[in-house]
Amino acid sequence: MIAAARPAKDRAAARVEAGRMRMESSDESLARAAAGGDRAAFAALAGRHYDRVFRLAFRLTGGRAEAEDLTQDVCLALPARLAGWRGEARFTTWLYRVVVNAAHDRRRRNAARARAADGWGAWEEDRRAAAAEARAAGDWLARAMGALAPELRDTVALVVGEGLTQAEAASVLGLAEGTVAWRMAEVRRRLKALAGEEEG
Amino acid sequence: MSEDDLARLRAALEAATPAPDPARRAAHLRLAEATFAEGRQGTAGRARQSLQGSAEGAPRTGVLKMLDRLTSRAALAVTASAVAVAAAAWLLILPQGDPRLSGPPAGPAPVTGRATPAPTPAADATTAAAGNTEGGTLPLPAVPAARPAGREAAAPAAAADESLAHAPAPGLADPAAGITEEDRERYATATPNPVKVTAEEPVSTFSIDVDTASWSYVRRYLLGGELPPAEAVRIEEMINYFPYDWPAPAAGEGPFRTTVAVTAAPWNPDTRLVHIALRGELPAIADRPPLDLVFLVDTSGSMQGPDRLDLLKQGLRMMLAELRPEDRVAIVAYAGSAGEVLAPTPASDRAAILAALDRLEAGGSTAGQEGLQQAYATARAMAGEGRVSRILLATDGDFNVGISDPEELTRYVAREREGGTYLSVLGFGRGNINDTLMQALAQNGNGTAAYIDTLAEARKVLVDQLTGALFPIADDVKIQVEWNPAAVAEYRLIGYETRALARTDFANDRVDAGEIGAGHTVTAIYEVVPVGSPARLTDDLRYAPPARVTGADELGFLRLRYKLPGAGTSTLVEQPILPAMSEAGDDIRFSAAIAGFGQLLIGSPFLGDWGWDEAIALAEGARGADPFGWRVEAVTLMRLAESLAGAN
Repeated sequence: MIAAARPAKDRAAARVEAGRMRMESSDESLARAAAGGDRAAFAALAGRHYDRVFRLAFRLTGGRAEAEDLTQDVCLALPARLAGWRGEARFTTWLYRVVVNAAHDRRRRNAARARAADGWGAWEEDRRAAAAEARAAGDWLARAMGALAPELRDTVALVVGEGLTQAEAASVLGLAEGTVAWRMAEVRRRLKALAGEEEG
Repeated sequence: MSEDDLARLRAALEAATPAPDPARRAAHLRLAEATFAEGRQGTAGRARQSLQGSAEGAPRTGVLKMLDRLTSRAALAVTASAVAVAAAAWLLILPQGDPRLSGPPAGPAPVTGRATPAPTPAADATTAAAGNTEGGTLPLPAVPAARPAGREAAAPAAAADESLAHAPAPGLADPAAGITEEDRERYATATPNPVKVTAEEPVSTFSIDVDTASWSYVRRYLLGGELPPAEAVRIEEMINYFPYDWPAPAAGEGPFRTTVAVTAAPWNPDTRLVHIALRGELPAIADRPPLDLVFLVDTSGSMQGPDRLDLLKQGLRMMLAELRPEDRVAIVAYAGSAGEVLAPTPASDRAAILAALDRLEAGGSTAGQEGLQQAYATARAMAGEGRVSRILLATDGDFNVGISDPEELTRYVAREREGGTYLSVLGFGRGNINDTLMQALAQNGNGTAAYIDTLAEARKVLVDQLTGALFPIADDVKIQVEWNPAAVAEYRLIGYETRALARTDFANDRVDAGEIGAGHTVTAIYEVVPVGSPARLTDDLRYAPPARVTGADELGFLRLRYKLPGAGTSTLVEQPILPAMSEAGDDIRFSAAIAGFGQLLIGSPFLGDWGWDEAIALAEGARGADPFGWRVEAVTLMRLAESLAGAN
């Protein structure tokens, strides 16, 4: 019994060890391994970044249900995308790009259906169930985001929400840095206008 | 202040973002892993094919739609493996029910909704790394049954796909055009010209305009089942869309001949229409100088689609057939970054040019200025003695990326104009044409702007008018009319609102104006109210001095300025406008009918009871030879407009 238990324990220890190594591995090396077909590396990578993907998805769409759908799209897309990973960008930058592209795809599909799927637009209603204070803050957020064109929202989600620099956001969005700067200036202008309305 | 707003936004976003639901998180990760495993097991590369979405509302194959249903949040209670099993089962059933899935039942056929490069992982990586915002990102875990779409077959096959039915094939009307797509078009139309009182403001100055884009906008709206917004209607462009058989200049007479004709206004027996018609000389086609053409092609993601990049490619292919061996072609693509796709190549090397055209793929966002800089640099490098160089900018007009200041862009183009390179702007697509910028670019770049929505239009712009559009014979053509207050009480210029010039601009050779190309016709129409006519809208001023009369029988005096291509100083042409009535031939009546059509579309107050029926009858009776069927099309559109106007 004891003799049989030892190898099992060793295997378990080896798994833990391998797991720790995975945790310590850089995103980039995991991505390389996953691109090479390493299933465990892929699982580690996906688990590590799931929350990040979901967070960005929420900020891009403005609704839990939409964010979950989008996250699922990304989960489905990721293996195929990763097969082509060549480490030309930081993994997180690359991942943001995958999420943003999936969001654009989803937006296009939704545009063909009802326009009601625009989360930030329908947001106010969802929030009614929430606590009064949170609702006041949420209403402002919904109004602020609702006042922005989709491309400005994307930029906000990356720069304000994820704290990317304008250069990083530009790389994610496939734009010139100046365009992101211009968009952020536009966001500030809209927010200021919104603040003016509140006071007025 | 604004940083506070951003901080508030950051805090609110932070607070609003929920944590992912643990159960869903686990399900998603299982799904991802199962998809990953599926890809590894399957035939190499199968799962790597991403399903490309189209620029317009994404073709969803039956399989994908099914996957949508299967993997909706409610269905995610099932495990990923169950999903995979179910998907396989559904795939077995589907082919009978769905004729579109009748391709080979198994095998590693790539699933592409649209032309994609060779299906290698590297290509996929390139697309992802280039930040292709337009390509789809949804791979399928296992899609054995799909139509293998070759490059050539891709566009028509996609257009035939039911899921793409709302994207119009070239030449087809898209009834949903104006309804489903967000209208981001901006137009460059000023308020309609008012009636001017000759005694107060006898001089009218404007630049000629050979653009024709407005006609295509109007057509697109009407075919889409909507009346065009007044801002999309530029009457002079509608009139100039049609060629007229105005008298051509005699040999040695100059680059163009001016014809003035006075006729009764169809909509008012008490006023006159004064046609000022220009016709460029058509040099013997064999004598034309060799052309250096730089195609500057917008390959941003939004250019994807049968009515954009595909249409452009078809048009350019047709045009290529008309070029001569000594002409040269270069292609610059611009999207995320600008790049030379084809170095200057003699037009005789058709294979190389066609191959380069084929390589153009939409993807990425637009950096218009960088592309323009490269195109001008290419054009400068190609320039040679006795050659004409021109940039043909093809875009859906979405220039908003990469430029913080559109005015800076137009200033840049204006500077480059001095280098002698012409710029033509070809607009494609629906929904986001930035017409104002297109107009400004073409007007500042010695060129024309045309909007291409159908293959027939591509042919008209690129092939039939190749010589005229590409070979200018006079630059900076300005027209100034001084009306005689003793003969004309009031006047108004129909259209040309965006081309108005200050009176002092006329003789100022530094002020840019329109170009006229070989064989081009340009027509401007004034409506004038003779002195003593009951149609006058204003009364004489009690204290105004009586009009001084010189050349009493003249209605007015026409002055024209133009520069020969490349010349720095302008030449002046003058002729009186005599009151004798001309015979109203087909061309005069047809152009008047189009002028009436445009005014009906913008709800002009000057037409009285004259309406659609009268306009249609006038155009119908003036179709003339109409070798290309353009006038027939006009009558059809006028009928359509009439029924749309009646329905409102």
